[in-house]
Amino acid sequence: MPKKFVADFNVIQNTALNATNFLIKIQSDSKLPEILPGQFVNVEIKNSQEVFLRRPFSIFEVDDKLNTLSMIVKILGKGSERLTNIQVGDTLSLVYPLGKSFTKPFVSDKILLVGGGSGVAPMLFLAKESGLPREQVDIILGARTQADHINAQHYSEFATLHYSSEDGSLGEIGFVTQHSIFTEKLRTYDKVYACGPDGMMKAVAKQAKLAGVFCEVSLENLMACGFGVCLCCIEPTTKGNLCVCTDGPVFNINELKWQI
Amino acid sequence: MADLKVRLHDLEFKNPITLASGTCGFAREMAEFFDPALLGGFFLKGSTLKNRDGNEYPRMAETAAGMLNAVGLQNKGVDYFIENIYPEIKNYDTQLIMNVNGSTVEDYVELAEKVNELDKINAIELNISCPNVKEGGMAFGVTCPGAEMVTREVRKVYHKTLIVKLSPNVTDISEIARAVERQGADAVSLVNTFLGMAIDAEKRVPKLSTITGGLSGPAIKPIALRMVWQVANAVKIPVVGIGGIMNATDAIEFMLAGASIVQVGTAIFKDPMIALKIVKGLDEYLDRHNMHSVNDLIGSLQM
Repeated sequence: MPKKFVADFNVIQNTALNATNFLIKIQSDSKLPEILPGQFVNVEIKNSQEVFLRRPFSIFEVDDKLNTLSMIVKILGKGSERLTNIQVGDTLSLVYPLGKSFTKPFVSDKILLVGGGSGVAPMLFLAKESGLPREQVDIILGARTQADHINAQHYSEFATLHYSSEDGSLGEIGFVTQHSIFTEKLRTYDKVYACGPDGMMKAVAKQAKLAGVFCEVSLENLMACGFGVCLCCIEPTTKGNLCVCTDGPVFNINELKWQI
Repeated sequence: MADLKVRLHDLEFKNPITLASGTCGFAREMAEFFDPALLGGFFLKGSTLKNRDGNEYPRMAETAAGMLNAVGLQNKGVDYFIENIYPEIKNYDTQLIMNVNGSTVEDYVELAEKVNELDKINAIELNISCPNVKEGGMAFGVTCPGAEMVTREVRKVYHKTLIVKLSPNVTDISEIARAVERQGADAVSLVNTFLGMAIDAEKRVPKLSTITGGLSGPAIKPIALRMVWQVANAVKIPVVGIGGIMNATDAIEFMLAGASIVQVGTAIFKDPMIALKIVKGLDEYLDRHNMHSVNDLIGSLQM
């Protein structure tokens, strides 16, 4: 039986969340396979001379009753820009589900999730699917300004939400790693998970390493295939060059050769 | 429903659609999408005698209608393959072909000897055309003496079907094809990637860690097709057509030009199921043209 699929989905929602991030929600005619937080989809960009390859996106939300899934698409280049022009009723071809998920926390774990920019998508998915009571889950959402933040209020059902912004317009001022959670209580967590820009993840990894706390990050190296055959998205690790698409995208920071 | 069976020297392929080395892993990655028995064969990821880490990141750059890669033959070495991968894939009901690489002639020979012992591997594709390694690889494939030497020495120790994969980065590819034919190659496969380059103008840096890399995808198809046609007219041994095949029509064009079988490569990255669609499209084409066997198609270009 196949474990991975190439399938057409119907676009049922495409909403601008702010100036650069879009929420695209799609629906399948058939039952979705199991999809876990940290996994991703590889999306075809149709009718473009310049965009030849698919574009990978983290999975944000899954509804296995309605067979819908959604992703947050940040405009970074021509591929993502074209994708955000898609209309409700259009068809989107996905290769999915790809990659390994975050390590599921133990029932007694207290966890900290750190999301920056569109990296909040897999963090909110993990918050919802962690299986932990709300009191054991903290999430810091970071962005440049209030306007760059995505409204995640309804996730307060699953986690305590904390905010940071570089200009102080929402939550604490500064980078996520300057948030008081990092400076005052990082050691109280059993697991830290992060997804966002490289610099942010490295800063989180450094703090977690100093505090001796388990930490996983989700990488987004350039990919061609997304399923482990082209060997283009490699990341140097303690086990040699591994594929971000199949050995990751989630890695324990102790496996990575980051200079932090 | 036409007969899709085709022979390449001693090998029978249930259909002429196979996947290219470096784009289908060791077939098991594709088995996560579909039953490998549905395709003619798999040209496995390039192997070397010893572990190779490959080149540094970034290894890939998207281009107009294609991509550049500079992977550099990352693989865990042939012994790892024999112990850990071969047992898992050997019973796939399809042709599994090893892609063999070396820095020296001795490397190629030693590797071919090891592969000769594997019951379920009935052919090797001798890669003398990888553009992304510093030593060996394409250096052998761009001169007649180099190509002849590797082919001759491997032929002495390898007793099953020997396919030599040719580089397009030469003045006259049919000369190289004739040279390897003289030394006992049973077939030639072409083309490997074209040496290319991409620059990030804003940052003023090359997009690949190795500066240059191999271009693949539909961008190269017309040149590859021309080369396959030239080589098919220059040699008596069968030709395996490769280069930017994206759909059934592309595959049919290569077969009209003289290819006995074809390899689909970069298209897999866009659609992992593409080769199955090509098999279906080929079958429909043969029916529509009243051809009972795919062999009627091979080299049937009307001039």
